[in-house]
Amino acid sequence: MIDSAALALIGVYSAMLVYTVAFLFFTFDLAKRSAKTSVATQSRVLVGSGGLNREQEPPVNAPASQASGFQRIAMTLLVLAYVFHLLATVAQGIAGSRVPWANMFEFGLTSTMLAVSVFLGSLFWRDLRYLGAMVSGFVLLSLGVVTVNFYVPVVPLPPALQSSWLVIHVFVASLATAFVALAAALSVFQLLRARFEANSIAKAGLMNTLPSSSALESMAYRLNVVGFVFWSFTLIAGAIWAERAWGRYWGWDTKEVWTFIIWVLFAGYIHARATRGWRGSRSAWLAIIGFGAVIFNYTVVNLFFTGLHSYSGL
Amino acid sequence: MEPLRPSDAHDSAPVREIEQPTLGLAGWGRFFWRQLTSMRTALVLLLLMALASVPGSIVPQRSSNPNGVIQFRRDDPELFAILDGLQLFDTFGSAWFSAIYLLLFISLIGCIIPRTTHHLKALRQQPPAIPKRMERLEHYRSFEVPGDREELRNRAQKLLKKNGYRLRVSEQGVSGERGYMRETANLVFHFSLIGILAGLGFGTGFKYEGQRVIVEGQTFTNQLTSYDNFNPGRFFTEDSLEPYAISLNRFEPTYEFDVGTGRANPLDFEAFVTVTSDAGQFQEVIKVNDPLDIDGTSVYLLGNGFAPWISVYDPEGRPVFSQPIAFLPQDSNLTSLGIVKIPDGLSKQLGLLGFFYPTAIELDSGALTSIFPDPDAPVMTFNVFEGDLGLDEGVPRNVYALDTDSLTQITGGDTGENSLVMGLGDRVELPSGLGYVEFTALPRFVSVDIHRDPTQLPVGLSSVFIMVGLVVGLFVTRRRTWIRLIPGDTDVVTVEFAALARGDDPGLGAALDRMVADFSQEDKSKMETS
Repeated sequence: MIDSAALALIGVYSAMLVYTVAFLFFTFDLAKRSAKTSVATQSRVLVGSGGLNREQEPPVNAPASQASGFQRIAMTLLVLAYVFHLLATVAQGIAGSRVPWANMFEFGLTSTMLAVSVFLGSLFWRDLRYLGAMVSGFVLLSLGVVTVNFYVPVVPLPPALQSSWLVIHVFVASLATAFVALAAALSVFQLLRARFEANSIAKAGLMNTLPSSSALESMAYRLNVVGFVFWSFTLIAGAIWAERAWGRYWGWDTKEVWTFIIWVLFAGYIHARATRGWRGSRSAWLAIIGFGAVIFNYTVVNLFFTGLHSYSGL
Repeated sequence: MEPLRPSDAHDSAPVREIEQPTLGLAGWGRFFWRQLTSMRTALVLLLLMALASVPGSIVPQRSSNPNGVIQFRRDDPELFAILDGLQLFDTFGSAWFSAIYLLLFISLIGCIIPRTTHHLKALRQQPPAIPKRMERLEHYRSFEVPGDREELRNRAQKLLKKNGYRLRVSEQGVSGERGYMRETANLVFHFSLIGILAGLGFGTGFKYEGQRVIVEGQTFTNQLTSYDNFNPGRFFTEDSLEPYAISLNRFEPTYEFDVGTGRANPLDFEAFVTVTSDAGQFQEVIKVNDPLDIDGTSVYLLGNGFAPWISVYDPEGRPVFSQPIAFLPQDSNLTSLGIVKIPDGLSKQLGLLGFFYPTAIELDSGALTSIFPDPDAPVMTFNVFEGDLGLDEGVPRNVYALDTDSLTQITGGDTGENSLVMGLGDRVELPSGLGYVEFTALPRFVSVDIHRDPTQLPVGLSSVFIMVGLVVGLFVTRRRTWIRLIPGDTDVVTVEFAALARGDDPGLGAALDRMVADFSQEDKSKMETS
């Protein structure tokens, strides 16, 4: 009989394989859109980007009608890859008889799984399928890095991690990461789209199929706000746990410093969205920098900085 | 009434720059105050604070990593002097970091105090009257329904009330405003941030924290002289130490040997203690993640190791020294380093530099190493030094370090004499007939941190309010809706709906459509029944 840890790895590799194919089809879809500059799409753009500040309703679902065959195939594959990914995460949890987020590999596995969950869930809210290439590409890359570089065999939890806060604090942190990751993808498209709107590059067929930059901004904002609430909770829950485990709720440990920096960056982002001259591209950059700090916190701070959060097992 | 925002909030009317020939002192004061409390300044200060925190994660901090600071000084004294001059080893207490957060908080207070008074006024005021030209608003619907104007007005009131609106009824129709909670929650959030700072400011002075090593069988009594290390707050007085005693009965670690990696994984650390306080005597277990809370202080289990009991005898076999010595763990298999100092009783002062291996094996090189943290094959080795221990000058010395400058090594190393090697219970002879050393027993020790932190309550409460304020403030929508009823010539009344968003509100159009549908629905159902 194969043990669960091996099963988890098989699941991860299967998921990566299918994510790769899904990513290819998502990019085929984007490429096909770039090639297309039909009269119909252009007229839609005029509505979409005409009144930048005072639109009627943001045409958030504009691209829905254009779901190409490529995109449908890509979405089906993404869901299949997600099923493998989910099974791998569950198997990893069974292998350790605990939550599957107690070392860097497991955290990467779970938070990318949550990122895809949030992406798939968000489709019930808005049609964000045009983010598929970025989401599948990012998840693929992350899974590759965590599996090749961060993988460690399952070991029992050290006493410092034996706490129900491990379940809550780390899970909410990965959830926050998932939300701001999706928002960052939207912000990237927002910046591209804003440049397109400013220059009216007639040939940018791909941009024609996207919602207006202000619609993208508004969606990114809502995801970031959810992410910010989760991040605040992560910070507070972490402080409560730190008091129990290390004897103080805040001690400017390197991980605490970066959690604080990220919190302040996103607080800045929310303020920027309410400040004249800072809405639009500037706040989008802030959101992207904020997400960059989240990735930095997970990788560089864990691996190269001295601190108390040294649970990578590496 | 609008929530009051700084003049550069994105939805405030742009302020025209006024050409002022000269500004008096008050004018300049107003100018700076206005600058400081503007959104842009708050934003820049926030980003500055994020940036200013970065060195705190790169350069070792005295607060979180004091050994790292010492190491840095040793490795690069010149760079150390420069960075220390910039207060980079105390980033979060530095003048520049303090300047940023104090300015940020002044800016914050300057922003929210006027907003609070304004909001309190707004809470008592009626929603604004129906605008003259509703059709100009972004969200506008108009339709005709048969019916009586009075009855429709009642229906409009009920509808708005149901949707959480505060109402103002007039001859023309009904005005409603909702979402006052948004501004309330916003203010609660920002006041709670001040609450954290205030809690820290007032509580920190009454804090204390101390460290103590307790060996199995020993008792710690909570008084100043019992601590190995003690950091009091500014307003600490000795009688604020609660009278209690903690005896360590035994310490039980549990390890699991991982065949795959050859490593020992710790599973559990449990310190069984007897606590004696005013409330009586009781048995407790202190664990990692599970501190002992007693009389407003918390006792945390932060470290453990072995404290081998070392006895030293003079050449006639009379005991001159006998006590457990805490050995500091050097690796995960608890290879430990300890220092024994014998100032009196022998013909010379002796310093013993010891290594302890709980489960010792001999490597090919002849060196010993420990392969498991439990004492399955305990071995102790000593390098012996003789000479002046430097204890007679009355200068405090680190008990965990041996200053070998004025000592001569007499066993181990290049001395030609083998190091002393002994198992548990062994007694070996010191060189040149100085006497004997015995490895008498092997108790364990725990190191505990004892803290009293009166900032926990205010900071914790503020954090709860921060979360509540955040969730309510970000997800409640502030809206205005007006319903105008214009009677026609016949029994038909023209109904106009208009809604205005206050802040980001992409769902407003859909919400207005739902209200319109709700309003007309009643008509249809009535027509069907009649």
